[in-house]
Amino acid sequence: MNLTLKVWRQQNSTSPGRLVTYEAKNVLTDMSFLEMLDVVNEELIAKGEEPIAFDSDCREGICGTCSMVINGVAHGGQKGTTVCQLHMRHFQDGQTIVIEPWRARPFPVLKDLIVDRTAFDRIIQAGGFVSVNTGGAPDGNALPVPKTAAEQAMDAAACIGCGACVAACKNASAMLFVSAKVSHLAHLPQGQAEREQRVLNMVKTMDEAGFGNCTVTGSCEAVCPKEISLDFIAKMNREYGKAILKNTLVRKTKGGD
Amino acid sequence: MKLDAKIPAGPLAQKWDKARFELKLINPANKRKHDIIVVGTGLAGASAAATLAELGYNVKAFCYQDSPRRAHSIAAQGGINAAKNYQNDGDSVFRLFYDTIKGGDFRAREANVYRLAQVSVNIIDQCVAQGVPFAREYGGLLANRSFGGAQVSRTFYARGQTGQQLLLGAYQALSRQIGAGKVKMFPRTEMLDVVIVNGHARGIVVRDMVTGAVSAHAADAVVLATGGYGNVFYLSTNAKGCNVTATWRAYKKGAAFANPCYTQIHPTCIPVSGDHQSKLTLMSESLRNDGRVWAPKKKGDNRAPGDIPEGERDYYLERKYPSFGNLAPRDISSRAAKEACDDGRGVGPGGRGVYLDFADAIKRLGEEGVRERYGNLFDMYEKITGENAYHVPMRIYPAVHYTMGGLWVDYNLMSSVPGLFVLGEANFSDHGANRLGASALMQGLADGYFVIPYTIGDYIATSKQPKVQSTQPEFQQAIAGVADLTRRLLAVNGKRTVNSFHKQLGTLLWEKCGMARDEKGLQAALREIPLLREEFWKNVKVTGQNEELNQTLEHAGRVADFLEFGELLCLDALYRRESCGGHFRTEFQTPDGEALRDDTNFAYVAAWEFAGPGKPPVLNKEPLVYEEVHLSTRSYK
Repeated sequence: MNLTLKVWRQQNSTSPGRLVTYEAKNVLTDMSFLEMLDVVNEELIAKGEEPIAFDSDCREGICGTCSMVINGVAHGGQKGTTVCQLHMRHFQDGQTIVIEPWRARPFPVLKDLIVDRTAFDRIIQAGGFVSVNTGGAPDGNALPVPKTAAEQAMDAAACIGCGACVAACKNASAMLFVSAKVSHLAHLPQGQAEREQRVLNMVKTMDEAGFGNCTVTGSCEAVCPKEISLDFIAKMNREYGKAILKNTLVRKTKGGD
Repeated sequence: MKLDAKIPAGPLAQKWDKARFELKLINPANKRKHDIIVVGTGLAGASAAATLAELGYNVKAFCYQDSPRRAHSIAAQGGINAAKNYQNDGDSVFRLFYDTIKGGDFRAREANVYRLAQVSVNIIDQCVAQGVPFAREYGGLLANRSFGGAQVSRTFYARGQTGQQLLLGAYQALSRQIGAGKVKMFPRTEMLDVVIVNGHARGIVVRDMVTGAVSAHAADAVVLATGGYGNVFYLSTNAKGCNVTATWRAYKKGAAFANPCYTQIHPTCIPVSGDHQSKLTLMSESLRNDGRVWAPKKKGDNRAPGDIPEGERDYYLERKYPSFGNLAPRDISSRAAKEACDDGRGVGPGGRGVYLDFADAIKRLGEEGVRERYGNLFDMYEKITGENAYHVPMRIYPAVHYTMGGLWVDYNLMSSVPGLFVLGEANFSDHGANRLGASALMQGLADGYFVIPYTIGDYIATSKQPKVQSTQPEFQQAIAGVADLTRRLLAVNGKRTVNSFHKQLGTLLWEKCGMARDEKGLQAALREIPLLREEFWKNVKVTGQNEELNQTLEHAGRVADFLEFGELLCLDALYRRESCGGHFRTEFQTPDGEALRDDTNFAYVAAWEFAGPGKPPVLNKEPLVYEEVHLSTRSYK
């Protein structure tokens, strides 16, 4: 099939960008979306033009590197699918496809479809971990974890940190991403010691990075390639509320500020 | 070059204890005075960077991805082995050690593998403490499953995303240290050279992949955890960015490259669908716990799989290897698939595929039961092929997956360059000629969490090298060398794309140095690769410039290195006139088609030494001395 692509081209983070039209000819249905772009890029290079820059790495839907908005939908609209796993059999001959980068102020465009997502790393650095040094851990079976808790933790931990949730949200909220990590660790006994401090620190860093607030429209859940549930945002709100209350109480009993 | 493996004396089971006592320590206050560079943030690199920072060292960590969380360890699906014996089914440290040595076709170093089996139990404890959500039984204890090459259940897993969860555990430990200021993280930064001062590795040269700026970083020791070289074949299960550049450039600075011909072809991958194919996708080996592999008995049988009656199917793994059946090790299963296809009994487009059938498992467990175990893999298969594997069998074919070869390291994981340590898939040490499933995650984390923290301290304590600055001439020369290479790549301005060269090299290697190799093919490859390399430097087209985000330039540098490395790979394969593990020379096989090892002449590690540009590399041999294990013919029948 033949397609018309309208692709966001932007030289670097300071230059203005624009949509440029390309023709993609003889596209096969077995190609992935990125392989279709690979073919377009090969033709551009052969003509001496600069290829379209886009992020991808594992190309099997797990590393979370690929990131593009296709016809207005982050990752292209196939349920539970990253753009690297999106295949051309879902498109029609003659279709026009608009391809843009994630659009959110905390994710500045570096070039074409590539954005800077280091804000996500900073949120994890603020508390998305269990503070245990290597060595000295008790036997793995010393602390039984109920199967349901382990499964719920895994549901949340499946997040690949791609940022589609932010790209889909009208407020550029990172709540789905942050709540997935908060919930993953809150569901496990190993995460209890730092439970309150973790959520407070992560939310603070999230706000400082400039992500917007959540108005529970669910657009994040709809595009999430790992189908992370909106329930985790509710869970994080509870965690946050409890932590704030507890923190205030602790301060009062200590006679602090 | 003198290769000293520094294997501690004494009984196998006490070697690591002995080493840990003999390795010199650095007191906690003094650790703060030392800087360590870690390149790569997969399981090995992230666990090493986090642990070294926890100990007090100042760490600089580098990765080419936009975040350390995206290293390709994340794509490992099936699980991680550990000799916990939680299943009470006869496992032990010695059994894991023995299975790994045997699985590697008796071409790994005994002492390293034993240590790996010993620390495997600590890895699970550490990961659980970090909050890795391993699969659990209803009673709350850890669940296990079986994997290829073992008759016990010792594999721990987190659905089909074990690598992801283990890497996120290590990434979170690393993030904690970044937040604490003990690790300075450099994402989107590619290492392009190692800097040697006074014979010791004292730093690296890197390119900022956003701005193109080239800079040097100095340290007391350098750790490479930069993964394998599977992408030399162009099509592999590796991520698109995986490359040999870091290890290859270290080789050119004096680090010996060991056993490059040991490449692992994984039996269960989704077959190639066309010329546009950019990478191959693995279907976890764990699927072989419940899926049955078969090909039609009749040649050219193109009936739909459901129309082929039971009696006309050849469940060839069950037939040939009754005791291991569908869980025969990877090298053996891959060759068996190739044989069936070469015999004209392959299925799917081009006849390069066999079936992995879940009909019996669905009868036994129900569709829901199968979905619970492998749901994400079935979903992924459907996304890629458009077929529903609950109703029709999966089509699979072998693909390049892992490389057992890598930079030569001693027992302390130090390369032949003092101060240059190599961890994980980037080194050669633990898997011999074939790696067993669920052992890569184990090795990466063993090296990073439990080996390097001890051995690097000993090096720093005993090497007594003066502090260096990145302004010194050695660093400036290395920067100039990197800048020159970039200039040359951009100056060619030819007609062919980088990708077309990469693809041509990959096809050549897959045909001549893939699942089966012979002298004639290898000789041909050794003639063709230099010609292709020559054409590359005359006719490659690299668009754009250095001072920007330039993916074509990044790829060009990597392909330039693959074009050199591919030759060493074939040379090593040519010299090893035996078949072992992933290295199958058709001239050397038993009458029933199994690998025929030659222990008299080839029980050694081939460590290749760079002799200078345009000169043939020098082969150094480290004899493999087995103190505990009796070398036997590997049989899974």
